[in-house]
Amino acid sequence: MEAYLSSLSLIGLIGRLPASVAQGLIWGIMALGVYVTFRLLDIADLSVDGTFATGGAVTAMLIIAGVNPWTSMIIALICGLLVGCVTGFLHTKLGIPAILAGILTQYALYSINLAIMGFKANQAISVDKYYLLISSRNIPPAIVTGLGFVIVVIAVMYWFFGTEMGSALRATGCNPTMSKAQGININTMKVLGLAISNGLVSLAGCLSAQYSGFADVKSGQGAIVIGLAAVIIGEVLGESIMGKKLNFAGRLIFIIFGGIIYYVIYTLVLWLKLDPNLMKLFTAIIVAVFLAVPYLKGQAKNSFARAGKNSAIKEGK
Amino acid sequence: MLELKNIHKTFNPGTINEKIALNGVDLKLDEGDFVTVIGGNGAGKSTMLNAIAGVWPVDEGSIIIDGADVTGLPDYKRAKLIGRVFQDPMTGTAATMQIEENLAIANRRGLRRGLKWQVSSGEREQFKQKLKVLNLGLEDRLTSKVGLLSGGQRQALTLLMATLQRPKILLLDEHTAALDPKTAEKVLDATDTIVNSQKLTTLMVTHNMKDAIIHGNRLIMMNAGRIVLDIKGEEKKRLTVEDLLHQFERVSGQEFASDKALLG
Repeated sequence: MEAYLSSLSLIGLIGRLPASVAQGLIWGIMALGVYVTFRLLDIADLSVDGTFATGGAVTAMLIIAGVNPWTSMIIALICGLLVGCVTGFLHTKLGIPAILAGILTQYALYSINLAIMGFKANQAISVDKYYLLISSRNIPPAIVTGLGFVIVVIAVMYWFFGTEMGSALRATGCNPTMSKAQGININTMKVLGLAISNGLVSLAGCLSAQYSGFADVKSGQGAIVIGLAAVIIGEVLGESIMGKKLNFAGRLIFIIFGGIIYYVIYTLVLWLKLDPNLMKLFTAIIVAVFLAVPYLKGQAKNSFARAGKNSAIKEGK
Repeated sequence: MLELKNIHKTFNPGTINEKIALNGVDLKLDEGDFVTVIGGNGAGKSTMLNAIAGVWPVDEGSIIIDGADVTGLPDYKRAKLIGRVFQDPMTGTAATMQIEENLAIANRRGLRRGLKWQVSSGEREQFKQKLKVLNLGLEDRLTSKVGLLSGGQRQALTLLMATLQRPKILLLDEHTAALDPKTAEKVLDATDTIVNSQKLTTLMVTHNMKDAIIHGNRLIMMNAGRIVLDIKGEEKKRLTVEDLLHQFERVSGQEFASDKALLG
């Protein structure tokens, strides 16, 4: 035990923190995509696991082919939008439940992503060989670039969801019956929301591949859960700090914090020399607990067990 | 203004749950008609309103609003012609959105929704004026979330939303049934004010025979998916609850089931 404790160096931990901030910023963008479907549209879209890898795969192959990274990024973003449209089509036009539509898209994307990468499981884009927008080789500029992307994404989201169309999209997620009665085509709005969400996730995948220097077909595995974790951590944090003053922009900013906190925890787990393979278990537990707490709080106030207890007291049993 | 020709609708056809909900409904409303609709449970009152709103396609017949055949249009496309208020106060508004956001969405019913900001400052003034008329103190709470409002407030807001863009037809589906009697009366008063000031063509379903007699210029009674009674003008003004009960027993061969119809 003593040997274990003395092997942990605090300086080592502090040294790793900037990298987790950079990664947290990239995954924060992914979490904003998850927020659009999960919170605004009230759909749990599982296609994002595939879309994240698609973003990386498209970017890597284009950069290897000599395309400018900015152009590659825009193409990756468009690919994400299209993925969202496919899930939306399966859901709204073919009547497949949203969660299953997402699973089908994600499943199909595994093959498609492999095909994009020439049927290799990964493709390297070394910063030594190519001009990249962001790289883990040089952390401070990576944080600045990540922050720049985050600011632009939040600004665009804040603007869009404040427009007539964005407001119609939010109404669709909140109350579809009311939306239809007010003349909103809710199917169009669902497809639009899924497209925006997957576009953001693909953008995050694009940045992540450049950051780590390679695209991997498995890079998106469990992305939905990490995204949810970031959304939930961010919201809980935001609501406890800001209370009722937490507005839409604040919420988006706290989701980015959620992503950063997630990666700080991840770094902590590695620093404690725990097996990083356990991280998926930790993440699942965190998400399950945070999703369960509001429900259990409601149950505590309004349960049969409580009613039974009250009745027993009255009866004098 | 509204014409229903021989509307038929059967739910779950060919199954053990088959239910003929509308069985040849014919109805013609003139501009400015305020029609109250009564009838027992399962008579087809709400189903008729849903058919007009386009919640699902009808099996047979045509629906004509202001000269245009809308039978083939889904609900969100008919919405530009129709304002709706539902029985459940939760149904007509978006709870997680602000009062002004809800009103702004309603103010664009039937219009293209583009990339302009959702609420303009001119609109905000207009919303305040309209909310003031409701007399619920909502004019000072434009940025409150609708989920914080009471059922009566939400229903009054839905009514305002349904009429912000003047609808060709206003459909009120037992919109006071879920409210306590005092609140119900307030919402009914607001309904009268709005319908009369805008001269709206209105269909109001109610369980309460007294309300059906007091409000509107015309009363129809439904039974087994058909309109069985249609009373208007002077004849309606002389109508009493007792008359209606007699009529109901005569046409349906049963006693009016709901106590709520007699009380209140």
